[in-house]
Amino acid sequence: MQLTPHDEDLLSGRAGEAAAFAMSIIVRMGEVCGAEGLMDITQAHIDSTIYTGEATLEFAERLASMDARVAVPSTMNVSGVDEHGWRDWPVPAEWADQAYRQMVAYQGMGCIPTWTCAPYQTVYKPKFGQQIAWGESNAIAFANSVLGARTERYPDLMDICAAITARVPAVGLHLDENRAGQLLLELTGVPRELQLDDAFWPVFGHVVGQRARDRVVVIDGLDPAVRPAEDDLKALGAGAASSGAVALFHLVGVTPEAPTRAAAFQQRQPEAHETVSTAELRAARAALNTAPGNTLDMVILGSPHFSLAEFRRLAPLVDGKRAHSDVVFLVTTSRIMRQLADEAGLLEPLQRFGARITVDTCILATPMKPDGIGTLMTNSAKYAYYSPGLLNADVHFGGMKECVNSAIAGRVAEPSRAWRD
Amino acid sequence: MRGRPLVAGTAEGTVLAANEPLSFWGGYDQATGEIIDRRHPLAGQCAAGRILALPMSRGSSTTAAVFLESVRRGTSPAAVLTNGVDTFLTLAAIVAEKMYSRTIPIVALEEADFAQIESGQQLRIKADGTVTPSG
Repeated sequence: MQLTPHDEDLLSGRAGEAAAFAMSIIVRMGEVCGAEGLMDITQAHIDSTIYTGEATLEFAERLASMDARVAVPSTMNVSGVDEHGWRDWPVPAEWADQAYRQMVAYQGMGCIPTWTCAPYQTVYKPKFGQQIAWGESNAIAFANSVLGARTERYPDLMDICAAITARVPAVGLHLDENRAGQLLLELTGVPRELQLDDAFWPVFGHVVGQRARDRVVVIDGLDPAVRPAEDDLKALGAGAASSGAVALFHLVGVTPEAPTRAAAFQQRQPEAHETVSTAELRAARAALNTAPGNTLDMVILGSPHFSLAEFRRLAPLVDGKRAHSDVVFLVTTSRIMRQLADEAGLLEPLQRFGARITVDTCILATPMKPDGIGTLMTNSAKYAYYSPGLLNADVHFGGMKECVNSAIAGRVAEPSRAWRD
Repeated sequence: MRGRPLVAGTAEGTVLAANEPLSFWGGYDQATGEIIDRRHPLAGQCAAGRILALPMSRGSSTTAAVFLESVRRGTSPAAVLTNGVDTFLTLAAIVAEKMYSRTIPIVALEEADFAQIESGQQLRIKADGTVTPSG
């Protein structure tokens, strides 16, 4: 692999110990990926902020002890603790302390305290064509697919190395030619009513991830009357990046590199062509459920983090109503988004409903689940995908309105008409 | 058979194999090495000290963090065989070597070779990526 004199400087330690440590990892990964050389990035998103135990903290504090500094604007993903709110939940004090130390370590490196898994819904949203190094599977999918920024799928621990060096292996989705579609996935005979249902996007995302695995997928066959909102595309990408390793999808007529099907394939032929039917979508929705019966202990919304637009949708649904006393209702978001929602007057109806809000982390990243919670309900394919393993709980999947109605009734409501046979 | 050693090292053990990708975050219990993704064919099995064969990782970027935690705690697989290059597990093993001086070999196999790997086989992995029966 060809290194520039600047790369050699970083690697040799002339730019400091932290840069040398980070560069040695970037260079090893370049060799692994068969890169001919490295390239510049101008922004990073750091998923390494999630505290998973002693190792991630030791890694962060080792970098901090070497006076690591990020060389490009670097937003931070969720942390392992809601710094000001964890005492309202059964989070062990030792966990909170360790997770907080990890937050401090990355903040000390100059990272921006966005504390969100939806950095593309902040002012740090990257631009079309911008070369970036992002961690966080859903954010990677959104940045590549919806914004047309260029990032590989970066794992935790590597994202911060890229931020410190501002260099990454010149491979994969950083290069235009690798962004052409491989798999054509076509919706066939899926009624408009189902495509307009808000549960359509996360469920379809779950299917897309299973079918595409790590291939660039081109989605066609959307009803012309269906115009997905930003949060719909967020849900699609999060689902696909959970059940699969999808880092880039093209939605024909919607996403920027797919004005036409031919453009999405860069005029090449698809390597494979598959269809998705209504029956397959219904089966995928059923597969997101692991819970038998219709009992319900907790509703969790906000994976990826709730946006202002989602607060705007939720507030009228809960206004003047009250969640069942046996049901905990949780919304996870960032401190910034909570403030925006508060300023817009959207938090009051939620509070009267009995909803609780946790910021800067989520129920999968911090041990906040109250005792006795065995069955969850969510409108997020990502929450539905990871909750059984991470929370040892059963999960029901449903749209936002179904989640609200279920929370009020204290048991899981019927799916909307479009999902029934 | 011989694969490409992405992280070179030696290991010996019993294979745990599946043709389904796995996210270690939400899929691997770092305290025990148990596969906890209930939708995965290996759910409930323990991969600690085994040679884990998966086509690739999937899902969360935090897979790398959980793999690193498992190396620190001694609950990681003894080695990982993949079908093609998996950057998440490779990165984690590279960082683990730097942080804890423990080598978990990661070997990328060609598709035809990967298809021959089955649970229960006793295998030995050499630093050059050679994979041979050890029983």
